[in-house]
Amino acid sequence: MPEKIFEPWNDPDAKPLIQFKGVTKRFGDFTAIDNQTFDIYEREFFALLGPSGCGKTTMMRMLAGFEKPTEGTILLAGQDMAPIPPNKRAVNMMFQSYALFPHLSVWENIAFGLKRDGRPKDEIAARVSEMLKLTRLEKFAKRKPHQISGGQRQRVALARSLAKAPKLLLLDEPLGALDAKLRQATQFELMDIQEKTGTTFVIVTHDQEEAMTVASRVAVMDDGKIVQADTPARIYESPNSVYVADFIGDVTIIEGTARRSGDGYEISHTEGLPALYAVSDAQLSDGQRVFLAIRPEKVEITADKPENKRNALRGKIIDIAYLGNISTYHVALPSGQIVKAQTANTRRLSRRSFTWEDEVWLSWTDTAAVLLEH
Amino acid sequence: MRRAVLILVPYLWLLALFLVPFIIVLKISLSDIALAIPPYTPTLDLSEGWAGIKAFFGALDFENFWFLTTDDLYWKAYLSSVQIAIIATLLTLLVGYPIAYGMANAPDHWRPTLMLLVILPFWTSFLIRVYSWMGILSNEGYLNQFLLWTGLISEPLTILNTPIAVYIGIVYTYLPFMILPIYAALERMDGSLLEAAEDLGCSRLSAFWLVTIPLSRNGIIAGCFLVFIPTIGEFVIPSLLGGSQTLMIGKVLWEEFFNNRDWPVASAVAVILLLILIIPIILFQRNEQKNREADG
Ligand SMILES: Nc1ncnc2c1ncn2[C@@H]1O[C@H](COP(=O)(O)OP(=O)(O)OP(=O)(O)O)[C@@H](O)[C@H]1O
Ligand SMILES: [Mg+2]
Repeated sequence: MPEKIFEPWNDPDAKPLIQFKGVTKRFGDFTAIDNQTFDIYEREFFALLGPSGCGKTTMMRMLAGFEKPTEGTILLAGQDMAPIPPNKRAVNMMFQSYALFPHLSVWENIAFGLKRDGRPKDEIAARVSEMLKLTRLEKFAKRKPHQISGGQRQRVALARSLAKAPKLLLLDEPLGALDAKLRQATQFELMDIQEKTGTTFVIVTHDQEEAMTVASRVAVMDDGKIVQADTPARIYESPNSVYVADFIGDVTIIEGTARRSGDGYEISHTEGLPALYAVSDAQLSDGQRVFLAIRPEKVEITADKPENKRNALRGKIIDIAYLGNISTYHVALPSGQIVKAQTANTRRLSRRSFTWEDEVWLSWTDTAAVLLEH
Repeated sequence: MRRAVLILVPYLWLLALFLVPFIIVLKISLSDIALAIPPYTPTLDLSEGWAGIKAFFGALDFENFWFLTTDDLYWKAYLSSVQIAIIATLLTLLVGYPIAYGMANAPDHWRPTLMLLVILPFWTSFLIRVYSWMGILSNEGYLNQFLLWTGLISEPLTILNTPIAVYIGIVYTYLPFMILPIYAALERMDGSLLEAAEDLGCSRLSAFWLVTIPLSRNGIIAGCFLVFIPTIGEFVIPSLLGGSQTLMIGKVLWEEFFNNRDWPVASAVAVILLLILIIPIILFQRNEQKNREADG
């Protein structure tokens, strides 16, 4: 897929569709969203990622109008949303609990929003059957929600929120109950819909692969705060904190102290071992405590000490996770630190070069690791 | 085997408490009035054997049912009972639904208290409560005294011994039967459904019509039946609060039994009343069946 040039957040002239300005949400004395300021642009596919209870649903509910910010304002297309009730917002939400109407059939559930708009009957029928086709629910149109499976219910909820083709669509874990195949198909379908309709999507997901696949930007949340919001590639390649690095994908964190050297820093981590080296434009003082984050697929694993690599460590394989196309080796250094290394399984399993208890060398390039302050 | 036993229990219950009394009443309704104890004939005399049974059945006839059609008192009483019961049921629904709705939307820790308050009147005798309404509604009663005191009226209102008093009595007495099933239905409802409805463009009011009402439909129907059925045959409330103006079949039944001592005619009145009640129950069952088939 060719790289899209769609980066309104880097364009100072771009007008954001949604603006959070110092938004705080408290329930009693519990702070669910903590003073957040950020923008979401038109046609974006904005993914919220974070552990359970970090405030993702609360964020969505404020956008939909079910919760009012305790402090701060939310603007939609430049207009303050606070006084606008949910039914007057050009926003539709797919609820985490689906919230399907139990007394209505699948067909009527999907048609519900369209009927409220008072559209002509044949237009409604056409739109509903389009949605049924999209979510592959044609066969279940007449059933009630309690007569279909969990995954089918999820698709009804998705179809219902898509039906009105809103300006902003909020999807709270839209695909969690689908099997891998259907999930992937629906992800591409969502991206397709987005391309065709120009709808802005905000999507909550627990599946980082999903976030990476569909999102234009991913926001990693923790404890009511967005820790980092950036493109999937930048979130993965240059996380701004150990939290983000650890949350997205697999990573090894090595703690040490930094000392300026050339384009980057030398990091001494264990007494008696040579310092590691990482290129970095971070501004660190000498002797500062830092964290080195290394993705397993950037670590090379060899039997002999590699020549001309500054970052080389010796250790023993203590675990191998076989994932089909790749294997992850857990290598213990003499200090006890575990470093993960990943290799593609291009050969058959029986001809694998390393096994448990093997002494191996791990190495990576000067630019492979990311240096983090916290 | 176990299943058969389990199913048998409710049927035996029904047999003992409904079918047997009904057959006895039906039998009396087919008998003739007599100056005797019990005050009707024939009575089954098994000592004469087969001939006795034959004579017994030979003496039964539909004369009393025929009699009911000759005096327009009876059909008027039935009609007015049904009418009063329908209006009273609707009034109870009108009063009960908001109360149930309020209870279901009250904070969690309030609900047990509210529930208790709804059931509380049952702790005193029904008769005493209806009598106290006489004290409230009479011309010199508390209500009139209060209204005169506020200056809203200058003459006392005549409420007691009018149909209005009957409606007040019925709504008051049967309100809990309306509230409880509706409350149960509303309490089960998932609040996010209303949010979903609003999200899809409903105002609060239309969300209420399109979601809350349909989802509490079963509670409404159950509540209406629980009020309607006993109200049709109601005797105490119309005779204490309704005066001579209010014609209800329960009162007619009472008079036939105790004033005229005409058990056979009274029984015939009761049998017809039962038939009237069975019609809506069957309709209700049909409706449920149809819903289930549409779902299935
Ligand atoms: N109405 C409420 N009253 C009190 N606390 C609330 C309320 N709604 C949410 N919270 C709290 O706010 C925090 C954030 O909740 P939220 O539902 O946004 O989490 P989430 O990120 O969506 O989690 P999940 O991934 O499990 O869905 C949680 O700790 C939750 O307990
Ligand atoms: Mg959530």
